Amino acid sequence: MATRQTQFLARSLLTPAVGLLFIWMIVPLALTIYFSTLHYSLLDPGSESFVGLENFRYFLTDPAFLASLQNTLVLVGSVLALTILLGIPLALLMDQPVIGRNFVRLMVIAPFFVMPTVSALVWKNLLMHPVSGLFAWLASLFGLTPIDWFNDVPLFAVILIVTWQWLPFATLILLTALQSLDEEQKEAAEMDGASAVSTFIYITLPHLARPITVVILIETIFLLTVFAEIFVTTGGGPGLQTTNIAFLIYSQALIQFDVGSASAGGLVAVVIANIVAFFLVRIVGRNLEA
Amino acid sequence: MARMATTRRVAISTATAWLFGFLIFFPILWMGLASFKTELEAFAVPPSFLFFHWTTENYATVQERSDYLHHAINSIIIAGGSTLIALLIAIPAAWSMAFSPTKRTKDILLWMLSTKMMPPVGVLVPIYLIYKSFGLLDSRIGLVFILCLGNLPIVIWMLFTYFKEIPRDILEAARMDGATIGRELVYVLTPMAIPGLASTLLLNLILAWNEAFWTLNLSTSSAAPLTTFIASYSSPEGLFWAKLSAASTLAIAPILVLGWFSQKQLVRGLTFGAVK
Repeated sequence: MATRQTQFLARSLLTPAVGLLFIWMIVPLALTIYFSTLHYSLLDPGSESFVGLENFRYFLTDPAFLASLQNTLVLVGSVLALTILLGIPLALLMDQPVIGRNFVRLMVIAPFFVMPTVSALVWKNLLMHPVSGLFAWLASLFGLTPIDWFNDVPLFAVILIVTWQWLPFATLILLTALQSLDEEQKEAAEMDGASAVSTFIYITLPHLARPITVVILIETIFLLTVFAEIFVTTGGGPGLQTTNIAFLIYSQALIQFDVGSASAGGLVAVVIANIVAFFLVRIVGRNLEA
Repeated sequence: MARMATTRRVAISTATAWLFGFLIFFPILWMGLASFKTELEAFAVPPSFLFFHWTTENYATVQERSDYLHHAINSIIIAGGSTLIALLIAIPAAWSMAFSPTKRTKDILLWMLSTKMMPPVGVLVPIYLIYKSFGLLDSRIGLVFILCLGNLPIVIWMLFTYFKEIPRDILEAARMDGATIGRELVYVLTPMAIPGLASTLLLNLILAWNEAFWTLNLSTSSAAPLTTFIASYSSPEGLFWAKLSAASTLAIAPILVLGWFSQKQLVRGLTFGAVK
């Protein structure tokens, strides 16, 4: 059906996009690999020398790496758990007959459109400030001692902010999936006397399995590189308490100017992200067939 | 009896949904309120919720002292420019893959998707050094370029899924009638593709407007968009809550409105069609 001419045209239309993405992927990555084998400090230009895998040894045995890896895992894991555990009931609630549902939906989805620097600063100052924040005032109403969020539980504070940003995403996707659930199936189950709980466990939850997987994978990709929220609130501190891998690499590159070590770290981040990407690409690819 | 139960159920679910919706939206509302307070009231304990001295002076001060408009224009240029260029590159590519697919089309699509999954921090060092040597640090062109590349896979994907839905019979009919590719594109395809194009444009404007890794790392002042500008309020000497709130409200208001229009596309664009 397609003539040779249209085939040629199709290919030439595709080439710019493929070419650009290829360059975008391969050039920086190749440079990162190259830099990661050098002793290369911007503070000491001209002293670049080949050091083999020394940077990797340095980066991977650096206590800061283990701390930041742990923080990354805690951050990603907690936000995933919170957004899904809160997102499911929220989506179920919004799937009920609710008067003014569209307006409720606007309120729920709003945090996702707030730029990360704004969310982080508003939470840090207006809500979580230990003296003048709203939470401190609420705590004092109940006779509790206000929490000094960013000193006492800094990582948890960051987790709360990031959860607030991503809860709308999880809820919206789960809600979209719920709305495509066959009503007749649920009604049939109800007629047969199934309780709401067993309808949820045997019909709704299996239906949500795939959207939940998608939420987990997509959120993981973005959460692995949370940066702005940490940058404007804690700067990775106190100590290393809120330094994740992305922030550690940033600080090695643009604060300590250690190009070699930061590049090695960058490659570690790429490898971790690729493990997640592998699964996501497979799920999306399977969906592409249908 | 059954009807009563239903009414009660609606009342309960409505009340609960509104309560949680309000709680989730509250930080934004609180910020909006703070932007109309004086600095003293914004900082006051106990806080005042509605009965404070409403003022718009923060908005004026933000513009006067920090040239808010300059950064807003940067945001518009960077988000708009990167989205438009991405569309220009993506439209032909998505068109070609949707209407003349080959054996490799699926692999190419998945490969494009995988480039989006590369963590930006993995290539921060080389990009920073390249930008430094070409004088692109703190330049709008540099940011347009990098955000364009960063979002290109999503743009292609979204357009592809929309183009896929255009019935092929119509194209065949046009071809039978002797329409050239150019005419086919202008008279048949474009009108049918406009809704998809519009949603792709919208979602990518939002993503680019809020992008805060490259903008924070590659811009400082003259090219700084709103993300970087707001971040400058995090320094200890700049603890002006009311002004921070005013600047923030201005920065998110337009995108909030756009975002509300694009909810449906959001799901589609960000899940790469895996959830519909």
